[in-house]
Amino acid sequence: MKWRMIDTKKGTRCRVLEGGSGTPVVFFHGAGGLLVDNPFLDGLAQRHHVFAPEWPGYGDSTGDELLEDMLDFALHGWDLVDALGLSRPHVIGHSMGGMIAAEMACLAPRDLARLVLVGPAGVWLEERPIPDIFAMLPHELADVLFVDPARGAALLTGGADLSDMEALKDFYIVTQRRLAMAGKILFPIPNRRLSKRLYRLAAETLVLWGAADRLIPPEYAAQWKALIPNARVQTIEGAGHMLPWERPDAFVDAVAKFLA
Amino acid sequence: MKFTWFNLMPWPYLPDDFRERHRSVWVDIPNTLYDPRKGHHVYHTYLDQLEYAETLGFDGIGCNEHHQNGYGLMPSPNLIAASLARRTSRAAICVIGNSIAGYNPPIRVAEEFAMLDVMSGGRLVAGFPVGTSMDTNFCYGQIPALTRDKYREAHEMIMKAWASDEPFAFDGKYNQLRWVNCWPKPIQKPHPPIYIPGGGSIETWDFCLDYDYNYSYLSFYGYLRGKSLLDGYWERVAKRGKDDSPYRAAFAQIICVADSDAEAERLYAEHCLYFFNRCLHVFPPFADPPGYRTMATVKYGALSQLTRARQKILENLTWKQLVDERFIIAGSPETVRQQLEECIKGLRIGHLFCLFHNGNMPDWKTRHSSKLFAEKVMPRLRDLWPDYKHDERWWIHPMDDRLRPEEQRPGAEKKHEEWPR
Repeated sequence: MKWRMIDTKKGTRCRVLEGGSGTPVVFFHGAGGLLVDNPFLDGLAQRHHVFAPEWPGYGDSTGDELLEDMLDFALHGWDLVDALGLSRPHVIGHSMGGMIAAEMACLAPRDLARLVLVGPAGVWLEERPIPDIFAMLPHELADVLFVDPARGAALLTGGADLSDMEALKDFYIVTQRRLAMAGKILFPIPNRRLSKRLYRLAAETLVLWGAADRLIPPEYAAQWKALIPNARVQTIEGAGHMLPWERPDAFVDAVAKFLA
Repeated sequence: MKFTWFNLMPWPYLPDDFRERHRSVWVDIPNTLYDPRKGHHVYHTYLDQLEYAETLGFDGIGCNEHHQNGYGLMPSPNLIAASLARRTSRAAICVIGNSIAGYNPPIRVAEEFAMLDVMSGGRLVAGFPVGTSMDTNFCYGQIPALTRDKYREAHEMIMKAWASDEPFAFDGKYNQLRWVNCWPKPIQKPHPPIYIPGGGSIETWDFCLDYDYNYSYLSFYGYLRGKSLLDGYWERVAKRGKDDSPYRAAFAQIICVADSDAEAERLYAEHCLYFFNRCLHVFPPFADPPGYRTMATVKYGALSQLTRARQKILENLTWKQLVDERFIIAGSPETVRQQLEECIKGLRIGHLFCLFHNGNMPDWKTRHSSKLFAEKVMPRLRDLWPDYKHDERWWIHPMDDRLRPEEQRPGAEKKHEEWPR
């Protein structure tokens, strides 16, 4: 897969990881961004033309100040689809990316083919409050994101050792920039009233969840199924919130079957 | 020099093992540690101290805003200020301040500050902090990355509300009001003196200089650490072509005065250590949510507070360290005078916010320290800035014919038991 830069009409400049051929699939990443290695995208690219844009505030993408609220993010998602010249792509969104993808699908229900939501944010259950990712020490993040925190920490940091001050600083700066952006739609509670718009969602939808998700627990899957007109839920064992990175094969398998 | 007697109003009953048992004194402190019946006594003790400070000759008495905080009992400093307005009549009432990004709509601050200025006869000093991330983001739910923008808008609305003599429409990004019409309006014209508590960002310095507001550096870590920061500020003042009046800047300092240095340790060590060890035990991520600081500031700043090792340091502080490293200024009147002179001249500040009550310090010790300071230290530091002797630009301008309500309560001579129950 290869990186390229695209410009949106609004004025953002976004980096997109692109590869494969076939029907187009857009993957929207979550608050943590794309990682150094994203093998599940390579897997998807075996069957589809995959586009994985980075939100402003992530990686080399710029225009952070142009997006301030949920509507800005959702329209930006469509601006990216336009800038890539795609028509009715499949859309996959993970975590915060799922929240945005669902919002996009409510705004323009006829502009996408199928929708995959992977451990999406955006709904809040009072009896199962989601841990506050904005109030965590750097070394605490992996504990809620991965079924295996030690392996997860290595994935998150690209193998850097956070007890080294320089490595910690680099990781901290990147994470602060990303989460500052994500906070605009996730802070203090990741609920921008998407629930009341989900009735508009027309696309056939797959809701995927890591069975061991400690950030947004699997109980949320049932709520999404109840809110979306045409959704099915699939839970994957041996994965936490970072399901696509934790079980790339199972993830690709589930998505490929659904999109086939 | 102007001296303001400031009380943070800490909760004095945090348990000895607070640090071991709880991760933070702020935001998620167990509120079962608060006892409202004890709180009744605590409020009145602290309010009495502020009133006492006026009788000692302090220029100002001060309070501030914190939420869900074990060292601050003033989620609404305006309530404290209102009660002081009725029981004092000479000192400036310094509310440092209202965290305006958290008020919806911010016209509330324009109104309440105007009320305080009117009730006090023009004695309000109005502080407009961005607000700590603990208060503004975690307790009051404002989005970190948008907090500064919202602050700027709130400031604009408040200042326009005070200045305008006609109703106006305010079409803001965060606040839309069709009819802004501040009623009442403040006595002090064009507005009460404005103080901006800040850290070290250039943006804040420029903001103060754009409007000629006072820049207040409120740190608990003393003047040796504050020096480089205020040096940066004064460089900026010079670069902007402003005069170098020391009254442009204020600094907060913990001060403990006793008859001798040894006596100061004997009297105050326990309480200062309570403050540093328990009251400042804040879970680090609460202090730096993503987006609260600008990326430039994050890149510039140190990150040592995030390591596991760093979190051990405060708990092992000793009195000697506090004194030697000048986190606090403590000792005999002469010791305190010397060090404060160094502090005031070194930082070039015209306003000192003096913290005499610390942690769980009992009332008598607080008063003892304050009185010694007022009698033996303050007079000798008064005239450190002879060139700016008459510079009142950053101080209150009260009404000459203001009332003295504290002296006028009918029936005040009646004994408690004579009142019907």
